[in-house]
Amino acid sequence: MNFEIILHAGLATGTILLFAAIGEIFAERAGVLNLGVEGMMLFGAMAGFSTSLATGNAWVGLLVAMIAGGVLSLAHGLVTIHFQADQVVSGLSLTFLGTGLALVLGEGLTGQNPPLIPFVTIPLLSDIPFIGPAFFTDHNVLVYVGYLFAPMAAYYIYKTRPGMHLRAVGEKPSAADTLGINVYGLRYFYTFVGGMLAGLAGATITLAVSPGWYSSQTTSGQGWIAVGLVIFAQWNPLQAAFGGYLFGFLRRFILDLQGPATLLGFANPLYVNSNYGFFLQMMPFVLTIIALVWGSRTAMRKRLGAPAALGVPYIRGERGL
Amino acid sequence: MKFPYTLKLEKRTDDVPKWLPAATAFGSVIVAFIISGIILKFIGGEPLRVLKFFFSATFGSWGVFSDTLVKATPLIMVGLACAVAFRMKLWNIGAEGQFYMGAFFSSLVVLIPIVPLNSTPKFVVIGLMIVMGMIGGAIWGFIPGYLKAKYQVNEIITTLMLNYIAIYWNNFWIFDKWSDAGFQMTPQFDKVAWLPRLSDLAKEFKAFSGITLHLGIVFGIIAAVIIWWILERSHWGYQIKLIGDNPKAARYAGLNITRNLILVMMLSGALAGLAGMSEISGVVHRLQERISSGYGFTGIIVAWLAKLNPFAVIIVSIVFGALIVAGREIQPSGLAFLLQGIILFMVISSDVLLRYKIYIVRSEKEAA
Repeated sequence: MNFEIILHAGLATGTILLFAAIGEIFAERAGVLNLGVEGMMLFGAMAGFSTSLATGNAWVGLLVAMIAGGVLSLAHGLVTIHFQADQVVSGLSLTFLGTGLALVLGEGLTGQNPPLIPFVTIPLLSDIPFIGPAFFTDHNVLVYVGYLFAPMAAYYIYKTRPGMHLRAVGEKPSAADTLGINVYGLRYFYTFVGGMLAGLAGATITLAVSPGWYSSQTTSGQGWIAVGLVIFAQWNPLQAAFGGYLFGFLRRFILDLQGPATLLGFANPLYVNSNYGFFLQMMPFVLTIIALVWGSRTAMRKRLGAPAALGVPYIRGERGL
Repeated sequence: MKFPYTLKLEKRTDDVPKWLPAATAFGSVIVAFIISGIILKFIGGEPLRVLKFFFSATFGSWGVFSDTLVKATPLIMVGLACAVAFRMKLWNIGAEGQFYMGAFFSSLVVLIPIVPLNSTPKFVVIGLMIVMGMIGGAIWGFIPGYLKAKYQVNEIITTLMLNYIAIYWNNFWIFDKWSDAGFQMTPQFDKVAWLPRLSDLAKEFKAFSGITLHLGIVFGIIAAVIIWWILERSHWGYQIKLIGDNPKAARYAGLNITRNLILVMMLSGALAGLAGMSEISGVVHRLQERISSGYGFTGIIVAWLAKLNPFAVIIVSIVFGALIVAGREIQPSGLAFLLQGIILFMVISSDVLLRYKIYIVRSEKEAA
């Protein structure tokens, strides 16, 4: 077990969660709870993979994955923003829809080898001892995009005028409306942004981090973990990035635990009986629950909370938020 | 360019006509089938042949109809589990995990074994399995219920995470301790732990030979009656509905929301656990991988399509049982999933018809 390798791999897997969670933060900040992340991710993963295969260009694949995720999210937008349907149920149906579409259209993709996102080493930065090899050496490009994207998203949400409009729409849509902010339009837009990022997260899996199409196993619940991460991160992109990387490390660390025959001088039970690995596979999900409990306690202490209008449809001219 | 006509939505002030909810639900399914057919055509399939196959493979003869009912059986119980939780606006997405825990706990009766199998009467063994199955599911419902009541942890995420945990937990035991000669399943249960099937009566009634319908469906129907009674006739059901519709009013009325929340999650879990028991004891007769073909998730759609009405859950379950039976053979395999997603979307979209009257009006020229 090598800490540097764990860190390196954790950053790569964490990038998947980073994109998906920040996408969901955008949607939820606008007041739209979209539980369909898993479905949009899987659909994006399939769309990106098959496009890269067909066009021979991974970047086109990435673009199509984002469009695919975004377009799918518009179904959720239409149903919840205009028809005022329950956002929870609509999000669930989006998961079914995305999963179904991905499985139907992804038939026969298993075992294919499309071009992938290139891996690069950043000159100079990679020479920094310890940090260089883990953070800036031989990562796929999307990992570096993730480094930049999280602070940019945080800056956008907290420091810019459109970011303020975004928060206003999610906290008090009626007030935003009276100020001339287009509540419906912005909600559609950020739902779409969330879908695009979920699609990107999916393509990050199939075109970069763990290339290949393994039908529904491709995402294996990471979309749901991302939704949990949003709450843990208290709707803050930087915390979401931190949480995503943390999850990435833990995932990799858990995998590596099975390797050595002895741990701290004792016989490694995981090495002796590989079936104990099932308990390790539970860990990301157990950790998500623990993170949520921990997150909700700090949230209660600091009185931080979800956007006030999260999950509440806005109907012009009616009393409400 | 502006369309000459626009849709105008007007909020309903009068009561919804009695036939409308059923009509929109039915209409949603039809529209969903048509959309799926178009998608199938688009990817090069033959929608009409698939549809014809769908009917002959699910309702074509007593044998296949029995298969449909066998698949509907767990759906009824899981659908009820979701319906009762959703009625209180508790989003129990964890029926799948509760199903697995129910299956696991009821299997303990045989696998430990809790009672000597060769000397205990069948009804005691089955009874114990029912109780254990419901306990297993209830425990798996208690955890998210408690976390929500105590720490306000979002139950959607916790129930979902617990699904994965339950499946890995189940896998450990079938791969390790109780593996049948290294296969990923336990040895077949003793016949005493099997739910009676119609085919058991084949000697007396020739028509029943090969009909695999088992007693589980009766559990489902009884459960539906009980849940209906709880929701519509009991004081507790009134509390559940009040908390679901108006938690503020419920709090002012002095209802114990924390307690009800945990109890409803446990009831919901117990129903899903019962489904797991029925599947283990009535169909697979052993604990193994993939005992559920996504029943826990399909149950969500069933509950919603049935508008959370326990009796409608039975009808909708049969339709979805048919989907599962046909889905096993229809290629591509994701099609059943896709269809479910589209149906659910259509259902929730059609709800707008229940809340609004829709008129088509000549659009007015707007002053820019």
